[in-house]
Amino acid sequence: MTLSTATARATEKTAAEEAGFENRAFGFWLYLMSDAVIFALLFATYMVMVGNTAGGPDGKALFSLTNAFAETMLLLCSSITFGFASLALVARQRAAVQIWLLVTFILGAGFIALEIREFTGLVAQGAGPDRSGFLSSFFSLVGTHGLHVSFGLIFLAVMLLQVTLRGLTPQAASRLYRLGLFWHFLDIVWIGIFSIVYLPGVL
Amino acid sequence: MLGKLTIDALPFYSWVAMGGAGITVGGALIVMAVITWFGLWRYLWTEWLTSVDHKRVGIMYVVLALIMLLRGFVDAIMMRSQQAFAFDSGGYLPPGHFDQIFSSHGTIMIFFMAMPFMTGLINIVMPLQIGARDVAFPFMNNVSLWMTTAGAALVMVSLVIGVFSTAGWTGYPPYSGLEYSPDVGVDYWLWAVLISGVGSTLSGINFVVTVIKMRAPGMTLMRMPLFTWTALCTSVLMIFAFPALTVACALLGLDRIFGMHFFTNAAGGNMMNYVNLFWIWGHPEVYILILPAFGCFSEVVATFSGKRLFGYKSLVYATAVIALLSFTVWLHHFFTMGSSADVNAFFGITTMIIAVPTGVKIFDWLFTMYRGRIRFHPAMLWSIGFIVTFVIGGMTGVLLAIPPADFLMHNSTFLVAHFHNMIIPGVLFGYLTGYMYWFPKALGFKLNEGWGKMSFWCWLIGFYLAFMPLYALGFLGMPRRMEQYEVAEWQPYLIVAAIGAVIILIGIVALVMQLLASLRQWRENRDLSGDPWDGRTLEWLTASPPAPYNFAVLPRVEAVDALYDMKQRGVAYQTPAQYHDIFLPKHSGIGPILGGFAFVLGFAMVWHIWWLAAVAGLVMLLAVILRTFADDTEYCMPAAEVAAFEARRLQALAQATDPERVNTDPYFTSQMLPGRAP
Repeated sequence: MTLSTATARATEKTAAEEAGFENRAFGFWLYLMSDAVIFALLFATYMVMVGNTAGGPDGKALFSLTNAFAETMLLLCSSITFGFASLALVARQRAAVQIWLLVTFILGAGFIALEIREFTGLVAQGAGPDRSGFLSSFFSLVGTHGLHVSFGLIFLAVMLLQVTLRGLTPQAASRLYRLGLFWHFLDIVWIGIFSIVYLPGVL
Repeated sequence: MLGKLTIDALPFYSWVAMGGAGITVGGALIVMAVITWFGLWRYLWTEWLTSVDHKRVGIMYVVLALIMLLRGFVDAIMMRSQQAFAFDSGGYLPPGHFDQIFSSHGTIMIFFMAMPFMTGLINIVMPLQIGARDVAFPFMNNVSLWMTTAGAALVMVSLVIGVFSTAGWTGYPPYSGLEYSPDVGVDYWLWAVLISGVGSTLSGINFVVTVIKMRAPGMTLMRMPLFTWTALCTSVLMIFAFPALTVACALLGLDRIFGMHFFTNAAGGNMMNYVNLFWIWGHPEVYILILPAFGCFSEVVATFSGKRLFGYKSLVYATAVIALLSFTVWLHHFFTMGSSADVNAFFGITTMIIAVPTGVKIFDWLFTMYRGRIRFHPAMLWSIGFIVTFVIGGMTGVLLAIPPADFLMHNSTFLVAHFHNMIIPGVLFGYLTGYMYWFPKALGFKLNEGWGKMSFWCWLIGFYLAFMPLYALGFLGMPRRMEQYEVAEWQPYLIVAAIGAVIILIGIVALVMQLLASLRQWRENRDLSGDPWDGRTLEWLTASPPAPYNFAVLPRVEAVDALYDMKQRGVAYQTPAQYHDIFLPKHSGIGPILGGFAFVLGFAMVWHIWWLAAVAGLVMLLAVILRTFADDTEYCMPAAEVAAFEARRLQALAQATDPERVNTDPYFTSQMLPGRAP
């Protein structure tokens, strides 16, 4: 193989890879839209069932705005810190990427910890998901979001590992871009949960 | 340790059920024995099961669909024979078993026959039609296949271990809830549907990205073949509709596993919410299935009429409008729910409106045939049979769209006749058209036409005999899903319907015979030219079967019907000055592994074997994580190898009589005829 064909092959491969990354970003957007429909339907189900307390406790009796506010702050801050990680990625600062991903992970884990505490507290009060249609829809909507955040945490951990082992490769950068979309998307969904579930429930 | 699974799960409750289990297990063992006898396991694993090549994935989808068609049809003929006998007697099927049969018939035909058939055809054809080298995400394509297969396997296993759902293919609560269906049947249905739904969503994403991002130079949206347009619209529907099915099934599953109260009678459940969620998916699903079939008809009618599609643009717009409107009609599945007259009227009107673009399509196909030189290939016969029969089904649909009329016909056999009248000619005939049309492209040789025609006539006549009596029975007040009945005047109609089912059986036997006969004569029927029907779209530019890379040089498109245009300009089969290296996706065993463990996960959830479910879930998660570490997922096919492939292709092309007008079919005519518009 002459040098020129080798270069040509390498250029062709890079071009194909870049097209591949673009396709993946587009595909990921489509996935997020599909996921958004799942949340939309869970929101709709919650709205339909919010009054079906079957003589059990309602949102006013159960929800703590302080807790929900703390969760909101953790998740919103984690979105900001992920933004810093994205900026560091553009600046090719590997250490900064690692640090900001780690901070994001900690904030996200804090969110999940608060959510688990809230859920176990509710179950301990006898207000578990099998108590009423209202509580079934509450646990499913908020729990589905929590499950997404948990998968986001796994994704974050994997990316931390990849950046540590392999550096800021084009593949890692492309994956971080998609993780960013995912993470910010979950933030938006949480804002919906805060304003449709917790705020009207308490006020 | 084994959850609810005990020895009682084996089907000793009826001889018929034991027979079904025996055939399932026996069939699987025979297939495995044959593969072992010929020593084909390694070949199968490396060349097919782990393949990410869209053509092979597509063929595997179609194989799955044909197998499930046989299973679904056995269910159908059992129901028809039961009802033919069951006047004033129990027939030969106990009620619980009969209920399992109609539930599995619907589930299989929709989820595991029609969906894989459609996904398979799109996989084989769409990337070729747009001049792409593969789909956008070849690995994910393989994962989709195995998710669908895992779901199908769960349904099949329910024949042997435990029971299947008795709640119909729609699984309405509260009957499908724990209170009334405490056995594992509904769980089998739920997990089969949920797991295959993941595959469908991923396929939808894959196809949309492929069509939007990977078209050959010059292939603008309005130059895409109509089948590709329908594939695009269907894929958009898959992305947006399948979440509703996932939510409906997941919430029902939560009710069943954790005792939640989404759809229960007590504690604030709301079962009508399920019906809404289910049909928010269910109605678009009808169009998910039928749009690609419309695409098949469009390609076949244009090719075998020797004309450009009449009203190409109107067909494109009609497809898009149908896709959009499909989300606005779901409530017509339950007018009797008790919504206000205004709500029912709204959905009645949207339902009637959706018939308009469909009518546009019918006229477009008719005008394409008008003054065309029609060749009555079996594929063309299916298309003509479709047009005539589908119009009848469409008219009964418009009838049912009127809420007061629907109140009378709801849940009667009139409804059963209506939707079979849409789905058998609309969907199944469409896919069989596509199967006979694209078979030589996928496998390199043509199907036997005699058996194909015989199959068509049996299906057509059998269809009319089997379903027209059901319209009449609906007017006579017969509800659907009856295991036995006491009304003497129903029986003659049911006997006619059973005879129709037997004629369809002959049609299915003819399909099998066609495949066997064609395999035996494959050498005589080889498609050397790659263009056996004087095709008009790019898939016919490639070899049959195409090289792994499809196109050595990406074609440059300058018109609708790109290949026809190239042939007219005499530039169809030019060889480039030089070939380049081509990067292709590597095979991967992770797809089958994910599918296998998805099956284990589903099985464990059905039987409440929690530890096994956790293990399966963990393995799947690890497999996905492992895959993210594989950065080098492509291999390079050097230019020399491409050149060798292409040389062999040109040699085959030279053996075919004439590269531009290659065919030796007796009815093939090369001269331009009056009315054969360019």
